[in-house]
Amino acid sequence: MKKFSSLLHNLILTPSRNTKIKLLQDYFKILDSNRAYALAILSDQLSFQFIKASKLRELVYEQVDQHLFDYSYDYVGDLAETISLIWPTNKEGKSQNLSTLIESIKKIKKSEINTEFSKVLSELSNNERWTLIKICTGGLRIGVSERLVKTALADLYNKSVNEIEEIWHGLEFPYENLFQWLKNETSKPKIDFKKLFHPMMLANPIDEEKDFKRLDANEFHAEYKWDGIRVQLMVSSNSVSLYSRTGDNISSAFPEIIETTKGDAVIDGELLVGGNFKPSGFNDLQQRLNRKKASKDLQKKFPVFIRAYDILFYKGKDLRKLSLVKRRKYLEKFQKENTTNQIDLSTIINFSTWEALTKYKNNFYDDLNEGVMIKLKNSEYLPGRKKGYWYKWKKNPKLVDAILMYAQRGHGKRSSYYSDFTFGVWKENELVPIGKAYSGYTDKELLVLDKFIRNNTTNKFGPVREVKKEIILEVAFDDVFPSNRHKSGVAMRFPRIHRIRWDKPINEVISIKEFKKEFKID
Amino acid sequence: MDFINHQLFIKDINVHIDPILPKKTAIITHGHADHARFGHDHVIATRQTIDIMKIRYGDKCAKKFTPLRYGQKYSIKNFDFTLYPAGHILGSAQVLIEKNNHRLVITGDYKVGKDETCKNFKLVKCDTLITEATFGLPIFQHPDPKDEIQKLIRSVKINKNNCHIVGAYALGKAQRVMNLLRQQKYNETIYIHGSLEKLCQYYSKEKINIGKFEKVSSKDKSFYEGKIIIAPPSTLKDRWSRRFPNPIICMASGWMTVKQRAKQQGIELPLVISDHSDWNELLDTIKKSKAKNILITHGQEDALVYYCKKQNLVSKPLSIQGRSDEEIE
Repeated sequence: MKKFSSLLHNLILTPSRNTKIKLLQDYFKILDSNRAYALAILSDQLSFQFIKASKLRELVYEQVDQHLFDYSYDYVGDLAETISLIWPTNKEGKSQNLSTLIESIKKIKKSEINTEFSKVLSELSNNERWTLIKICTGGLRIGVSERLVKTALADLYNKSVNEIEEIWHGLEFPYENLFQWLKNETSKPKIDFKKLFHPMMLANPIDEEKDFKRLDANEFHAEYKWDGIRVQLMVSSNSVSLYSRTGDNISSAFPEIIETTKGDAVIDGELLVGGNFKPSGFNDLQQRLNRKKASKDLQKKFPVFIRAYDILFYKGKDLRKLSLVKRRKYLEKFQKENTTNQIDLSTIINFSTWEALTKYKNNFYDDLNEGVMIKLKNSEYLPGRKKGYWYKWKKNPKLVDAILMYAQRGHGKRSSYYSDFTFGVWKENELVPIGKAYSGYTDKELLVLDKFIRNNTTNKFGPVREVKKEIILEVAFDDVFPSNRHKSGVAMRFPRIHRIRWDKPINEVISIKEFKKEFKID
Repeated sequence: MDFINHQLFIKDINVHIDPILPKKTAIITHGHADHARFGHDHVIATRQTIDIMKIRYGDKCAKKFTPLRYGQKYSIKNFDFTLYPAGHILGSAQVLIEKNNHRLVITGDYKVGKDETCKNFKLVKCDTLITEATFGLPIFQHPDPKDEIQKLIRSVKINKNNCHIVGAYALGKAQRVMNLLRQQKYNETIYIHGSLEKLCQYYSKEKINIGKFEKVSSKDKSFYEGKIIIAPPSTLKDRWSRRFPNPIICMASGWMTVKQRAKQQGIELPLVISDHSDWNELLDTIKKSKAKNILITHGQEDALVYYCKKQNLVSKPLSIQGRSDEEIE
């Protein structure tokens, strides 16, 4: 437990990705029973049934004065950390193995939780206590993604991260077969692929200058890139389930899909909101996102459907090694056989030159798609973001000139620079912020902006600096929606700095009224 | 106790304790910038605090100086003042004010734990105690500073190609970190940011063991591999720290107790080394002072006020203008 908790401690404080990978590898190198537990925890697959945040609060109130705890929690702002710091340490007990500790906690009966779990907490050091509570409350938030853990393991054992990715969802604690395979003691674990989520095939952004010269347009076809959420739908005679891009089961949020879908297949598609297979925009879709359940009312008001891109399995047959064109035939067959499904097919765009594709990219359905996906006709279905098969070509972004208002220091490699910019437009004689961006500029532009900010700060609010209103930024963004969370009444999707407009005086920047009119926001 | 107001001003004799603005007579508890300011007519403080003020603000930072030894009584009309060690930094003092048999102690910033860089805290019994509360929450329970400094030494040993930049306030904390390193037998030269130089020289002159130190200069990048550099916290995120080879950013402060704070500030190696009392020391001091009346300043007053009331002590927060909690040195 000591080792694992200091691993988490170091991971949370390390900004560098490479250092994180190294820390993970140093831990996983030690071949003992703890690493299975560590892997389960890091991939958020371990939890204790009876011990949740509310139970922990109850326990801490038994130990310390409630007011003193509340004052402290208010200050720290993190439950696990507050409890770990405030919990009275008895004499630290013998340091326990991570595996032993977790098994002994699992054995605690519900009726004995209060005394037994409190005893466990009392015998741990601060940092171990913090770790254990983090495990209990789930979601470690230590800046380590599942992908990073897989990458660390893959690099350590000279495997490809995609191979791990592919079998990942079929693995179970304690991952014996995984570790044995990693060490080359056995062959790759055999997984029943029909039953589990298959990591999706993703696209790389196209480089207009390089790629169009290099690639033969005739080997590709295109589809519109829809702005919904990418899903994987698994249908068989006895069950239907829906997974998000990251492999989360989101079936319960979309009961109409689960109840109505017929057939036997695994479908890759885009979940969209709209009646009669007419998508009505991302803003409407948001009404259906991040909900565990959907009421009948919500289903009626914001109906959903799936626009199918691809098919991975058909009647038990693995199609992933077939070409895209052949898979498409199966997809059409599936569609013909099951006409009552809330599924339609993504349109195929054929073209013979890249110029010909341009008009599709920019001028279709106005705001409802984000551009086009360009897919190699004979591509297999490969997990992850493999180069050379699928590309995304986004339509030209929307642009607005806005005035730099506030700046904050960035993270990672930009950590000592003022690199997060809030910008605004006029509202009568004042400025009102419309968005925040921390990318898009060149290194040179960043240096200039950083210097300007240091020399022209007019006010400080904690880490935020207000600056002289002098710099005009041309901001690119994918879309903009009405929002009642922001003072300006608008929320931008993916804003980034396009360039600095040295040529433009600030009084020529538009007003929020004009902005809303231009981008059709009521 | 009603002879002193919430600004630590004694109207009867026109004396202020640690005033922010220039005043006629100022008793200064210690040299940190939120206590010791430029421009008073008459400064009363320990000799070391006066020296530090002169180093920071120049010889003419006050018109007149009266140095007091610890324990030496100084009277103005019917008020008697005595300074006692506060254990916070070199020269730091608590102020005992006696008038008509009423004893009032202003602790200033203080810590109870051992520290070789200054005279250690002396408990003074009193009727009214005005205590600081920088770390006035039960989550703050400072670990042994030796263990913390060992973390730094271990990290230096393991990460041979990195340099360690330790953020520490220029006055007090920087020299304490240096002294702790020496106590743990770290004998290499310690490199310091230019703004620390004069104060380090002063500590050396006062025979505080901070060992060999040298100002950082524009040497070849690789020179600083494996070295410890001490710098004010404000420089950690600045371009200044970019000149060093693979710096590991450390910070010596009581605030480092809270991981989320360390993370927010981009600190990779937090060292919980504080020159303020932790929660238990605050409670202990309140109890042992035998004071019935507790006034609380500087920091997280709420929890401490709540605690004192539960102990049937008269207690309230005392707000002193111009000070915000986390910028205190």
